[in-house]
Amino acid sequence: MTLKDATPGMTVKIESLEHSSLKQRLMSMGLIKGTTVKILPSAPLGDPMAISIRSYNLSLRLADAEKIQVSAL
Amino acid sequence: MATLSVALTGNPNTGKSTIFNELTGARQKIGNWPGVTVDKKVGYVRHNDRAISVIDLPGTYSINARSPEEKIVIDYLLEEKPDVVVDVVDASNLSRNLFLTIQFLEYGIPVIIDLNMMDEAKKRGFKINTKILEQQFGMPVVETVGRSSKSIKNLLGVFTDTVMSNYHNSSIIEDHIAKVQELTANNKNKEQVEEEIIALRYALIDQIMAQAVTTTDVGASTSEKIDRVFANGFLALPLLLLLIYAVFEITFTWIGQPLADGLDGLIGDDISPWIEDSLVSLGVADWLKSLVVDGVVAGVGSVLTFVPLIFTLFFCLSFLDGTGYMARVAFIMDPIMRRAGLTGKGVMPLIMGFGCGVPAIMGARALDSEKDRMISILITPFLTCGAKLPIMALFAAMFFPDNATNVVFCMYLVGVVMAIIMAKVLNITTFKDEESTFLLELPPYRMPDMKTVLLETWDKGKGYLIKAGTIIFAMSVLIWFLSNYNFDGPTEEMSESFLASIGAAMSTIFAFHGFAAWESGAAIVTGILAKEAVISTMGILYGVADISSDAQDAVDTASQLMGSMGGSFTALSALSFMVFSQLYTPCVTALGTIKKETGKWKWVAFAAIYTFAAAWVVSLLVYQIGSLLGFA
Repeated sequence: MTLKDATPGMTVKIESLEHSSLKQRLMSMGLIKGTTVKILPSAPLGDPMAISIRSYNLSLRLADAEKIQVSAL
Repeated sequence: MATLSVALTGNPNTGKSTIFNELTGARQKIGNWPGVTVDKKVGYVRHNDRAISVIDLPGTYSINARSPEEKIVIDYLLEEKPDVVVDVVDASNLSRNLFLTIQFLEYGIPVIIDLNMMDEAKKRGFKINTKILEQQFGMPVVETVGRSSKSIKNLLGVFTDTVMSNYHNSSIIEDHIAKVQELTANNKNKEQVEEEIIALRYALIDQIMAQAVTTTDVGASTSEKIDRVFANGFLALPLLLLLIYAVFEITFTWIGQPLADGLDGLIGDDISPWIEDSLVSLGVADWLKSLVVDGVVAGVGSVLTFVPLIFTLFFCLSFLDGTGYMARVAFIMDPIMRRAGLTGKGVMPLIMGFGCGVPAIMGARALDSEKDRMISILITPFLTCGAKLPIMALFAAMFFPDNATNVVFCMYLVGVVMAIIMAKVLNITTFKDEESTFLLELPPYRMPDMKTVLLETWDKGKGYLIKAGTIIFAMSVLIWFLSNYNFDGPTEEMSESFLASIGAAMSTIFAFHGFAAWESGAAIVTGILAKEAVISTMGILYGVADISSDAQDAVDTASQLMGSMGGSFTALSALSFMVFSQLYTPCVTALGTIKKETGKWKWVAFAAIYTFAAAWVVSLLVYQIGSLLGFA
């Protein structure tokens, strides 16, 4: 599944990042294969989503989250 | 002894600026980096008889020279070679922060690792062994707690006592660098190499963290609990609106406006008569007295009265920014902004546009992509800035006394709707090939550091004082001259002045708008110099001595003006004039800021002309459709 499909409260592990113009920035921010990610509640309108990663919180759009493959933990 | 040069680096949201402000206080100079609009902040401090200069480099997550900020950081460190480089690290967010640290070490730049916010780290269940961290990196590690004066003093001691040449990369770091070099030497796809290096850095970080940090689970943080109310639930949007309302209430009703009224009274009742009396007793010529009192004091004074409003607004916005709430505003608003082709981060600059376009245009710097920046800058002029508000308030009070508030509110809406339409249009035309991105850290909520908030307020607000002293000063002299002279020399009758001729020429293009009098043409021309001048020009031309820029006095002024102006406007043509004033060409200060921010006269010309055209068309539609529907 992709990060977009993960629901708030879930903890997932990053499997791979699809190629995109944002990929290197995402990686620099710590989204690396094998990193665990906790899904936080989204913005009131459902998009963007928020995640907790490496002890900080990051928000990203669903369109970008769809390009990140994850597996449930 | 030579001045010790210290450079502060680090991620955004690490409290780096607070440390800088606490270190240097008001002894700082804020300039620009050459060629880009990124603040360059340098401060000075003495410690143990040593002069220390501290530079606050822009906060960045990495140094791959992708953004102007990242390029500035790495260029400065490699070219200027400061004596001491401090890497301010958020101890409660160590893993991602150390990414930048490792990049510095890869470049061969030794750094002092400053573990800031140690108190927060403890609260969140992290125990960091600084001794192990020092061994792992081979670099000195120091602990600080943001604004504690003990921390700051300790930090100054570290600056003067540390000899950086004594520190060398540890063997773990050297091994890492060797691996990076090996990867780079391999002639693979450049992008793939970069990605592998990023993964390598995080692998090293995970290894170091496992040695130096122990974590206890403390459950949801206070920030996460606050977010459940302010950022996630159904209350988030109403609370956002309430906070914006509160900011405007504080600015325009509670603090800013009373101060502005006081200043207005002081200038009008005390300073202006005092200057006039002094000039009379000195026996200066009448024309000079008129220039100083009616021109300069009146003109500069009308801008000075806005200064308290602007400072209050900036104080509120800087304070909210310091709490971390601004990031939530972007988070909440992103889906709404995206529909107009903008991003959530664009909300704050645009909200500032209701105070003044100048900081709003400058605020667009914070946006990620060129496209977002450009669109934000180009639509800002449509918003109702503080200087347009008196125009709206006055005309509404005069011509729509029963519905004044609703009419003013509609003018705000006209501006917002036009801004949204133009954003959409620019998005699918001029900037259609560029991408808009949104990736935003949600920092923990914090109590803002007052010194930082005040310094930021001063830094942003002082532009107004400079504006009053330069452009407005020159403009006041110009308007005074144009309204008192014609080709034959001085004239008693303003209707025969240069300004009347210019106004008459301008008003010919408004023949079908319902406001073709030369007086409105003249007001429109002076309004390009400063929007405050629209009402003050009308006041002079229609012979009302003292027109206050204060919206709350609008009703009194309105009744005075009604007698002389009622003949030139009908309700419908007044509405058309309001719509035109709301939308047309921004003031020269805003245009100057657009030049500074975009770097191109092309965009200045575009911003000046397209807004005028849009205003012309929309106000024409208002008048013509209104006439067809039988309004007058």
